[in-house]
Amino acid sequence: MAAELQLAAAEGRRVAPGDAETAAFAVRGMTVSYGPKPAVFSVDMTVPEGSMTAVIGPNGAGKSTLLKAALGLQTPLAGRATAFGQPVTDVRDRIAYVPQRASVDWGFPTRVIDVVAMGLYREMGLLGRFGARLKARAADAIARVGMAEFADRQIGQLSGGQQQRVFLARALAQDADLYLLDEPFAGVDAATEKAIIAVLKELKARGKTVVAVHHDLSTVTEYFDRVVLLNVRKIAEGAVGEAFTADTLRAAYGGRLAAADLPGAVHAI
Amino acid sequence: MLFEALTLGLGYNASLVTLGAAALGMAAGVTGTFLYLRKRALVSDAISHATLPGIAAAFMLAVALGGDGRGLPVLLLGSAVSAALGLLAVQWLASRTRLTEDAAIGAVLSVFFGFGVVLLTVIQTLSTGRQAGLEDFLLGATAGMLRSEALLIAVGGLVTLAIVVVLRRPMLMTAFDPSHASAMGVNLTRTDIAMMGLVMAVTVVGLKIVGLILIVALLIIPPVAARFWSDRADRVVLLAGVVGGVAGWVGAAFSATAADLPTGPMIVLAAFALFCLSFLLAPGRGLMAAALRAASFRTRVHLRQGLLAIANDQPIYETLTLRLLARRGLALPDGVPTEAGRAAAARARLDEERWAIVRADPSLELAAARYDGLTPLEDVLTVDQISEIDARRPAPEALA
Amino acid sequence: MNGAEFVSLSLPPIVIGVLVAVTCALPGNFLLLRRQALIGDAISHVVLPGIVVGFLLTGAVATWPMLLGASVAAIAAVVLIEAIRRLGQIEAGAAMGVVFTTLFAGGVLLLEQSDTSSVHLDVEHALYGNLESLIWLEATGWSSLADPAALAGLPPELFRIAGAAGLVALLLAVFWRPLKIATFDENYAAALGLPVTAISLGLVIVSAIAAVAAFDAVGSIIVIAMFICPPATARLLTDRLGAQVAWSVALAAIAAVAGFVLAGYGPLWLGGSDAVSAAGMIATVSGVLLGLAALVGPHRRPLAAQP
Ligand SMILES: Nc1ncnc2c1ncn2[C@@H]1O[C@H](COP(=O)(O)OP(=O)(O)OP(=O)(O)O)[C@@H](O)[C@H]1O
Ligand SMILES: [Mg+2]
Repeated sequence: MAAELQLAAAEGRRVAPGDAETAAFAVRGMTVSYGPKPAVFSVDMTVPEGSMTAVIGPNGAGKSTLLKAALGLQTPLAGRATAFGQPVTDVRDRIAYVPQRASVDWGFPTRVIDVVAMGLYREMGLLGRFGARLKARAADAIARVGMAEFADRQIGQLSGGQQQRVFLARALAQDADLYLLDEPFAGVDAATEKAIIAVLKELKARGKTVVAVHHDLSTVTEYFDRVVLLNVRKIAEGAVGEAFTADTLRAAYGGRLAAADLPGAVHAI
Repeated sequence: MLFEALTLGLGYNASLVTLGAAALGMAAGVTGTFLYLRKRALVSDAISHATLPGIAAAFMLAVALGGDGRGLPVLLLGSAVSAALGLLAVQWLASRTRLTEDAAIGAVLSVFFGFGVVLLTVIQTLSTGRQAGLEDFLLGATAGMLRSEALLIAVGGLVTLAIVVVLRRPMLMTAFDPSHASAMGVNLTRTDIAMMGLVMAVTVVGLKIVGLILIVALLIIPPVAARFWSDRADRVVLLAGVVGGVAGWVGAAFSATAADLPTGPMIVLAAFALFCLSFLLAPGRGLMAAALRAASFRTRVHLRQGLLAIANDQPIYETLTLRLLARRGLALPDGVPTEAGRAAAARARLDEERWAIVRADPSLELAAARYDGLTPLEDVLTVDQISEIDARRPAPEALA
Repeated sequence: MNGAEFVSLSLPPIVIGVLVAVTCALPGNFLLLRRQALIGDAISHVVLPGIVVGFLLTGAVATWPMLLGASVAAIAAVVLIEAIRRLGQIEAGAAMGVVFTTLFAGGVLLLEQSDTSSVHLDVEHALYGNLESLIWLEATGWSSLADPAALAGLPPELFRIAGAAGLVALLLAVFWRPLKIATFDENYAAALGLPVTAISLGLVIVSAIAAVAAFDAVGSIIVIAMFICPPATARLLTDRLGAQVAWSVALAAIAAVAGFVLAGYGPLWLGGSDAVSAAGMIATVSGVLLGLAALVGPHRRPLAAQP
């Protein structure tokens, strides 16, 4: 079944989507376009609860766009997204989003602790107190990403890796069940990458669901248990061992894939 | 009357003003395009507001030196100096502090203008100041203009236009792709200075006709209007010149026909009328064309998605998809496909399968780049190429 | 100048100036951080046509129709700018330039066409207002501040700008958190379920209210200066949002008081006899403060150059 799924996917054939009702996250028939050409075309994807899924594809493949449209940040031309069987807009409390780091102005006049506290907004509301209990939760989230001593730092003074950790801490503070991350490893050093993956694996161990846009093909097998290959269309989807192969990669990346990029695991197949 | 005005039949001064306005409009349209392409359109707003203290200071200086201070050349010289100071202030704030350029523009324009107002009130208290008429520079005033002033403006407009024509190549290259221009031997700093110098020239020449508050319109509206008609920078430059020239000519002519039609606002409104035409009607980027295209694009997307769903025996979720399929006789309203629908779905699926092969093949990268989920492969490759691709498709039995 | 003169001639304009400055500086902080600083510029230009239309429709220089006209014009301008930007895919600055110059030109044309020369409605007044004329004739000294009959004679502009100041401050306080989140990271704010479009429109509408109320009292030139200069100065003095807003309020108040005093007494000190424009002087002082901060402010350096 898995092999057939992969083959079918490689040939551009549709695979019957899994059950959106039971999935932690599901996208159906999603088409998004900024201009005369769709950035994402008719994509289905299904993420089982408790899994860790990488969304991979070349630059401009529509990975960020897919996440944004699923979260309602971008109006799709067609399609819908659900989480835990309900429309995403109805379960925002259970979803934490980590945008691409470069999407904000890090010169914004604020501190690490204030950014992380944004993750508690849905609990605080407009005028609710940022009391001891919530403060403890924010501090705990900061500690989990190893930034405890930077809590009072101005965010403009952080390194790229530290900024990424802050974004992750803000999502952790939400205490969500589904985490959607856009390139959490982009431009971070090895130590930060280790710290972040440790946090994500711990989330998975606690039964949470993680979906991350990912760029480094050499670490997919090590970090994730499922992949979605995307290049405007969905190219393949499934367990890493089956959907992440030389064929599917070639189908997703076309001429942009150097032989050296192919992961060792793939050659073995 | 209007006809006479448009054909320069309303007297020497009015004709000079009309000519000057047209030349100024052309020069402004072209110069403004360079600014616009560099995304710095509103820098001109800071420059024009920054002229006010210079005008007032030049007047005071001329009076202090014994003149009557009302000579247009002196005032224009003063305005140019303070405009340059304003521009430097914008650049200093934007590069040496963490403030963004828009904040720097806003700060400079309001502070320089405020200081200019302070100087104006000082002038009002001077004995010679009562009839200084410097307020005319706010909104422009062509009525009762001296012949020498009209001449100065016409000549100034033509000279600015001539400089623009001479410098268009390096400026166009810089606006379009600075790194390429620099590689081709264009001195970027000098081009930038020349561009800003031209913006200042346009502003200064336009002060008396259009006024310092509205002169930015001549630098901004023509390029924006022209942009709707073309994606090619050189055509946009040319068109912006035409739009600016027409607006200057028509606006000045209209204004010459009646006393209560002030020149500056008439020119701006003429430019805006041309903008509206372009915004609504231009093929390609115009609003109507874009709306039509968006609607047909949406239809194509939904039809294609519906056909692919039929081909893969998947349910169709979107009501719009169902409606479009039904209207074309491809499916019944409940989504059950018709004969024609099944045939079309099979074709769509075949197309997708071929595309998948093309997109996985590095040697077909150019063709693959045209993939948008909608264009049939037949439009991109030759029949021979397609049969070659079909040969690579696994036999259908193998998939079952 | 004795106490009575001060209270009747200087106190009201100073208080009004401070309120105007603060009312504009408050939303200005967020406009600055959103790179929309020039929205304040655009709004204050379109107030003129709004007022003229309000006047033409009612045929009288009545305050409320004119303020209503100004508010409608400000909001219409913002909607137009947004429409041109989105539908025409035009860069925001250029879209602003198209809209505010056109509306301003329309306002000037209407003004010329209609016989408004009899009433006090002209472009220069619209630009630099007349802060000095907002005096309190009923005041006889400091004791008048406790005299209800005298207080009723305060310039009505004072009450309007005080109301606007209170409203703007209240709205900012209540919506502080969502505004901050949406300003810092709009995508994240939307993913949290915050209505980011409404927040952004709301900020602009609040700015329009501030601009119109301020314009009513002092003309547009201070309005633009106060939207931008105090927040920009504060931005160079601190890197905490709360502190920045507090600084901007203090700087706005300082500029208003110092500008008024300099305009009124500066010429006398220099041996002149007549006061100069208070509005212009307030804008000038705010610019001097900004210049100082740009030279020595502790957080003035561009961000990339920071450690
Ligand atoms: N706001 C936008 N306006 C117009 N086009 C956009 C916008 N955002 C993305 N695009 C286009 O849509 C396509 C998909 O972009 P997207 O950012 O989703 O790609 P991605 O897979 O996340 O790429 P990357 O790996 O570079 O982050 C690209 O061609 C991009 O140019
Ligand atoms: Mg991306």
